[in-house]
Amino acid sequence: MAVLNEEQTMLRDMAQEWTKNESPVKAWRKVRDGGKNYDPAAWDAMREMGWTGVIIPEDFGGSDFGWMSLGLVVQEMGKTLTASPLVASALAAGAIILGGSQEQKGKYLPQLASGDLVGTLAFDDAERHTGANSATTVSGGKLTGTKPFVHEADSAGLFVVLASDGVYLVEKGEGVSLSKRSLTDQRDHAEVTFTNAPADKLAGGDEDLAEAILDRARVLTGAEMLGMAQQVFDDTLDYLKQRTQFNQVLSSFQALQHRMADLYTELELMRSAVEAGLQALDTSFKVPEAACIAKARANDALHVISRQGIQLHGGIGMTDEYDVGFYLKRARVLEASWGNSGFLKDRYAKLGGY
Amino acid sequence: MATVADTRPEDDLDAFRGEVKQFLAANFPESLKGKGNAMRTVEGPGEETAEETSWREAMGSKGWGTPTWPAEYGGGGLTRKQAKVLEQEMAMAGAWNPIGGMGVMMFGPTLLEFGSEAQKKEHIPPITRGEIRWCQGYSEPNAGSDLASLQTSAEDKGDHYLVNGQKTWTSGGQWADKCFCLVRTDRSDKHRGISFLLIDMDSPGVEVKPITMISGMSPFCETFFTDVKVPKENLVGEEGQGWTIGKRLLQHERTNISGGGALAALNAQPLSKIAEHYLGTDENGKLADSDLRGRIAEFEMAWNTFLLTARRAMEESKAAGGVSEISSILKNAGSRLGQQRAEMLIEIMGFKGLGWEGEGFSEKELQSVRGWLFGKATTIYGGSTEIQNNIIAKRILGMLDHQ
Ligand SMILES: Cc1cc2nc3c(=O)[nH]c(=O)nc-3n(C[C@H](O)[C@H](O)[C@H](O)COP(=O)(O)OP(=O)(O)OC[C@H]3O[C@@H](n4cnc5c(N)ncnc54)[C@H](O)[C@@H]3O)c2cc1C
Repeated sequence: MAVLNEEQTMLRDMAQEWTKNESPVKAWRKVRDGGKNYDPAAWDAMREMGWTGVIIPEDFGGSDFGWMSLGLVVQEMGKTLTASPLVASALAAGAIILGGSQEQKGKYLPQLASGDLVGTLAFDDAERHTGANSATTVSGGKLTGTKPFVHEADSAGLFVVLASDGVYLVEKGEGVSLSKRSLTDQRDHAEVTFTNAPADKLAGGDEDLAEAILDRARVLTGAEMLGMAQQVFDDTLDYLKQRTQFNQVLSSFQALQHRMADLYTELELMRSAVEAGLQALDTSFKVPEAACIAKARANDALHVISRQGIQLHGGIGMTDEYDVGFYLKRARVLEASWGNSGFLKDRYAKLGGY
Repeated sequence: MATVADTRPEDDLDAFRGEVKQFLAANFPESLKGKGNAMRTVEGPGEETAEETSWREAMGSKGWGTPTWPAEYGGGGLTRKQAKVLEQEMAMAGAWNPIGGMGVMMFGPTLLEFGSEAQKKEHIPPITRGEIRWCQGYSEPNAGSDLASLQTSAEDKGDHYLVNGQKTWTSGGQWADKCFCLVRTDRSDKHRGISFLLIDMDSPGVEVKPITMISGMSPFCETFFTDVKVPKENLVGEEGQGWTIGKRLLQHERTNISGGGALAALNAQPLSKIAEHYLGTDENGKLADSDLRGRIAEFEMAWNTFLLTARRAMEESKAAGGVSEISSILKNAGSRLGQQRAEMLIEIMGFKGLGWEGEGFSEKELQSVRGWLFGKATTIYGGSTEIQNNIIAKRILGMLDHQ
């Protein structure tokens, strides 16, 4: 784990304690069984702890602790699969910080910082991410297009929408309709159709605004994945140390020791990549490259760790009653978000000029 | 967390930087620019030119070949930050460190920790001046990964030990002046029966036979000891402490293997550039072989991740005041990536990347082939990949002993 400052250590400890006590995986199970997006009481608690404002400047009601700090909180939420629109809303806020006018910032950031308003990105036109391109059109301040898989769409009051000529803010309401999409992670996703919805352009930022927003999405999603990978690894290791077969604990079999040593290596490489991505966002140094590395690593490492998590639990890993399957199902949704590894490799090569 | 060394005033470093610049201007011959021979350890020392000698002597007199070793034994006595400045300035001037080998990488640091005052005074200064070449007498025909089963014996004969047995894979044994050796002084205890002994390679009864490797080179030897007399004062630490000392030395070796690989690749040209030359690009400027292009990007990202991890290990170790746990993954990750790069490099070159010798190949192409072959050793020596995984599983992950 990166060397943290005092502020970050406090935030991490607080998040760790809260998720462990107040929002363990059991809590997610209850939310799922109840068919809800998230537990409103838990969301209120997060708001009170200031997590909704971690990356938002103090002038607009946030704490301005930065992306590394938010990443620490998000990792802890990933560990216990805490459902909430925290990541989506932070990404919307990040977009406004990057490209918003003073007026747009004044209007939306304080509400996002307090959590009174939830925002989310509505970028991709199709069932896979293909970069910052969209056929969504805007004419006369009205936006029209369909975004088939938008995360936290039901919870959101504000959409940050990618159109063919830039990025727009669209409030939920007039011209916006939702159709729920129940993905394997059973979280909040929907197809969002915009029909002449009033839209307000994010005119600031540079010409790569959409990519810059996506880079933040890649890195922060990587942070959630890192927390998940760490937890699956820890749970699996615990299980191997408990379960006895052939009169010995599984952890004494060398084949399994080497597999775990390899996974540990993957996990630690993933941690370096994700933490470096978060640090890059805070220092604005080589963000596009760092984001590619962070997300591609997160994709590949969580992929293998979530698979091995099931395999090494044996039959019990296949049951809904056991937690490890939740991680596998969430993992694939996040892998598909904001670029699979094939897409990211291609992007990295292009950034390198080859 | 800042250490004392880090909080020295900035201008102190500026003054030091000035001193380094001056030194380099006065002592580093333009003609040696970029001619550092990293392969010298595997290809043998060769003849030193007069210019090379004077450069080595200049660095040796400053102790800057071993910049952070204590000055009282001939080291540079520099802080880490100063050493960094030295490294930067040398890189800028195209200068290279003429002082290296096993004495610098592994034996010196270990002797500084475990040696007697007299041993340090005797052995460290010649290492810092690059005058004495050391080799490592650990492995035996029947003691590889299970090193502690070694049988080469040292019998107590009052004022000396009598050494008998065989070592193998002794890198640079044919060029070495001295050997740090693990020997058995007690047959009743596997680990505590091992001692750490220093042996002159020109002692009567020492015989070396070079072994040819798959790369065609012969950088290592079989080493035979027949009734070799070794003075008692050449024992490092106590009798029976050899396993502890020997393992510490291996830690230095591992750090160097992963770190060395990292440096080599840092200095190397990016694979994508080499691939552009051999494969060409399509109308969009993409490498013509799309599968290789993807794998190159994957490799470059993985390599960056490895470097980030090495940096993180350093930062964590510094903050914690001890070796960070993730250092344990660096050897496997670094050696695997190094081999992956070598495999891709020859693949990119096609048949030109498979040349053994003679006409039709550039020097670089031939080097790539030999490097690819030699690189296979990195997952075997210094604790093989499998042994590293045993260590991670047991020490870091707390999994049970399977033996
Ligand atoms: C280029 C080169 C230079 C060298 N230089 C030196 C030198 O200067 N001085 C010196 O003393 N030695 C040197 N060595 C020797 C090196 O340290 C040994 O080769 C190494 O320790 C492995 O031992 P081994 O070759 O006997 O292989 P073995 O131990 O026989 O291993 C064979 C295979 O079995 C695996 N294996 C072994 N034990 C286990 C286990 N418990 N669990 C799972 N898998 C296992 C290994 O990983 C390996 O894949 C050098 C080797 C090379 C290749």
